[in-house]
Amino acid sequence: MPLTRREFVGGLFVSAVATRVLADEPSGANKQSAKTAAPQPAEGLKPNLFVHVGSDGQVTIACHRSEMGQGVRSTLPVLIADELGADPAKIRIVQGDGDKRYGDQNTDGSSSIRSHYKELRKAAATARQLLIAAAAVQLRAPASELTAHDDAVWQGKKSISFARLADAAGKLPVPKPDAVELRPESELIHCFKDLPLVDAKPIVTGSAQFGADVTLPGMLVAVIERPPVVGGKVAGYDPSAALAVRGVKKVVQMPQPEAPWKFQPWGGVAVLADNTWAAMRGRAALKIDWDLGPNATYDSDAYAKELSKVVHEPGKSARNKGDVETALKSAAKVVEAEYHVPHLAHVPMEPPVAIAHFEDGKCEVWAPTQNPQDAMKEMARVLGIDEDKTTCHVTLLGGAFGRKSKADFVSEAAWLSREVKAPVRVQFTREDDVRHDYYNAVNTQLLTAALDPKGQVTAWRQRTALSPIGSTFTGADQATANDLQQGVTDLPLAIPNVRAETCKAPAHVRVGWLRSVYNIFHAFAAGSFMDELAHARGVDPVDNLHELFGPPRIVTLEELGVAKLPNYSTQLDEQPIDTGRLRAVIDKAAQMSRFKERKGRALGIAAHRSFLTYVAAVVSVVRDARGKIAVDEVWLAYDAGLVINTERARSQMEGAVIFGMSHAFYGGATMKGGVTEQSNFNDYRLIRMPQAPRSIHVAQVKSGKPPCGVGEPGVPPIAPAIANAIFALTGRRIRELPLVRAGIV
Amino acid sequence: MISLTVNGKAYDLDVDPEMPILWALRDVLGLTGTKYGCGQALCGACTVHLDKETVRSCCTPISRAKGRSVTTIEGLSPTGNHPLQKAWCDLAVPQCGFCQAGQIMTAAALLAQNPKPTDADIDRSLAGNLCRCGTYTRIRAAVKRAAGLPEEPTRSTSEEG
Repeated sequence: MPLTRREFVGGLFVSAVATRVLADEPSGANKQSAKTAAPQPAEGLKPNLFVHVGSDGQVTIACHRSEMGQGVRSTLPVLIADELGADPAKIRIVQGDGDKRYGDQNTDGSSSIRSHYKELRKAAATARQLLIAAAAVQLRAPASELTAHDDAVWQGKKSISFARLADAAGKLPVPKPDAVELRPESELIHCFKDLPLVDAKPIVTGSAQFGADVTLPGMLVAVIERPPVVGGKVAGYDPSAALAVRGVKKVVQMPQPEAPWKFQPWGGVAVLADNTWAAMRGRAALKIDWDLGPNATYDSDAYAKELSKVVHEPGKSARNKGDVETALKSAAKVVEAEYHVPHLAHVPMEPPVAIAHFEDGKCEVWAPTQNPQDAMKEMARVLGIDEDKTTCHVTLLGGAFGRKSKADFVSEAAWLSREVKAPVRVQFTREDDVRHDYYNAVNTQLLTAALDPKGQVTAWRQRTALSPIGSTFTGADQATANDLQQGVTDLPLAIPNVRAETCKAPAHVRVGWLRSVYNIFHAFAAGSFMDELAHARGVDPVDNLHELFGPPRIVTLEELGVAKLPNYSTQLDEQPIDTGRLRAVIDKAAQMSRFKERKGRALGIAAHRSFLTYVAAVVSVVRDARGKIAVDEVWLAYDAGLVINTERARSQMEGAVIFGMSHAFYGGATMKGGVTEQSNFNDYRLIRMPQAPRSIHVAQVKSGKPPCGVGEPGVPPIAPAIANAIFALTGRRIRELPLVRAGIV
Repeated sequence: MISLTVNGKAYDLDVDPEMPILWALRDVLGLTGTKYGCGQALCGACTVHLDKETVRSCCTPISRAKGRSVTTIEGLSPTGNHPLQKAWCDLAVPQCGFCQAGQIMTAAALLAQNPKPTDADIDRSLAGNLCRCGTYTRIRAAVKRAAGLPEEPTRSTSEEG
């Protein structure tokens, strides 16, 4: 059927989207479908937000965490189904809206499994206990004789289906958490293996719904020209040329943020149009005079030189054991090296986007957000309304890596929707994304070690200067204990004298967290320096790691030389620093790669604990036809404790290798005059298919310990393993990233 | 008015002839399977077929599609069971999934011209398609599986410790 413009509403297509019902996908295309997709009808059993057993026996499970490629939608619902006794193949999965009753929804810090493992099982076990109680009445049998599996409650071979129990169970009082018992882990028969990828089919057929795929009737698309320098202001602007572009409806000046920046709208001028292309063209036609402000002097190369000076002076003590300075003075040999890693950008393939509709004092948002509750808080703040007047539906996230836990793009959309009295989609272009990111901290470190006459390491001193995330929220200018636990204060070292110091590094851009965060550069420096020590000592790199990390043991705070350790918000006695686990992944990676028989191959190794998970990586590098460095094979061993979905854990590790390679080869957002010099994938480069290793081998080392993180810990050891392999190939030591700046890739 | 065929259906579009095919598909026709990633033909997320050739729809004006046929991910196979789509599911290729429509459309054009590609052919063909999640080794393996080729040695392996 021919379609003409007459049939369009406001130039944006709506009708097909409006009729699509998204029962099994993240929440909907419009208000109608979002309501259709509301998780749980009233009948049946619904003891909490996570589980609903319908009168027809249909089990519906809410995934309250955001899906960004880590596979959380293919994993958490299976855990819940398994604890409940439902067949995971038959469950219906709905995406949870932002709702405090879920508890924490901030999909960040590699915490979805490790922080929710027991709580989600408890939610499921509550439902199971009620189904069993209802069955006990019907069967006239004691509950202790009954079990739940395959969507039914069983007494021996006799069973009653969940369908026949749900309504009765739904009328029983919900037991308190203390009165609910979990199954033994051995009864979780669907977990701890490769699980099906529930979103694969919608993704490969184009029906999966990401942020920008949501369209509301009457919606305008906004593209915003933000201040080129953080803190810059609009001095004046001329909207006339923008308004002359066909499709452009409005030009609006955005509110001016005040430091600290937090997640406030960035300021600037928005162009709103009835389609994205018109909004982009309209923005290009805008004329704006900027008052750039004090950050317009920021030059990242000059700043790196400042940091280099700073780390050559004593900093504030962050960790201290023994007497490093005396040991250094009496050393037979001192080894010292300085490392630098620039700001890094997130560049998820889906640039930030959010759809907001403000109406009658309420604001409803659809967004690919990692943190819907924080998005609601920010919307409420920017609009001056109560949080209970806000709604946040979570779509699929087209990559996030920490960028989408910042609510800036949501608060921009919310503010604009109220301003123009229409639904608004704020669309970041790729240039906006690269230039207006919450970059990972820039970092310089100085590492210094003392060797005795026998080549034993007697002292280790690590000075780190990083522009902290706190700068974005409080104006902080140096690292906190929480920052330094990422590879400085938690680094196990069997060395008698150890000291770490933090130095000042005020930020001139918005700084945020990027997948594995400060671990990226702390592991790069420590992992590279350990290899430098191996060569200085004339010891094989694997043996050297074993000697520096020391024998298998639980590392105490006293040994670390710290009063306390945040330990990723986990009790140290539950998830201690265990060098035995570190040793096991090193040995596994070394064995897989035949590291010790590497004759003729250039291999580098590095190992790092982050997010409670232990990872060792071995990288093989070669020269390609042009004489440049290429990574041809990678072996990675990880111990993340209990892993519910081994397939998604493996895919996360594979992806982490490529992510780490991108940082090592090309990562670096640089600023001149306070303006980010990069703008798109031509100058913020990523690894492409021809550069991907021939093979990535991933091995899980099973320790049987409680679940640890999976999404981030694969990243940190990659860059140092690459640098160490380059040393093995060329004899050249890489102390600054990215490699492209040295001209070797 | 621009007359064209999209996924086998005829349309007359009254839009700015300079509007890129991407935005005509997404904003005008409501076909959101094709993704915006860069707007500069640098990432391949927007890849569609114009007749039998792949184009970066973010940089190709709709006027170029006049009288021609556009195929998007939604129209690659009526059942969603193109051998590439099957292989992508079998090997659990996607992570976030945002780039995968572009990867599959590029790979589909490759296999249509070259049913038994070498590793180098696959790498060359897909060099313009970025994946930030890093699914490249699985994409290689899935293209080979769809082509009926042995997957070693690109397949990522799992070994138990």
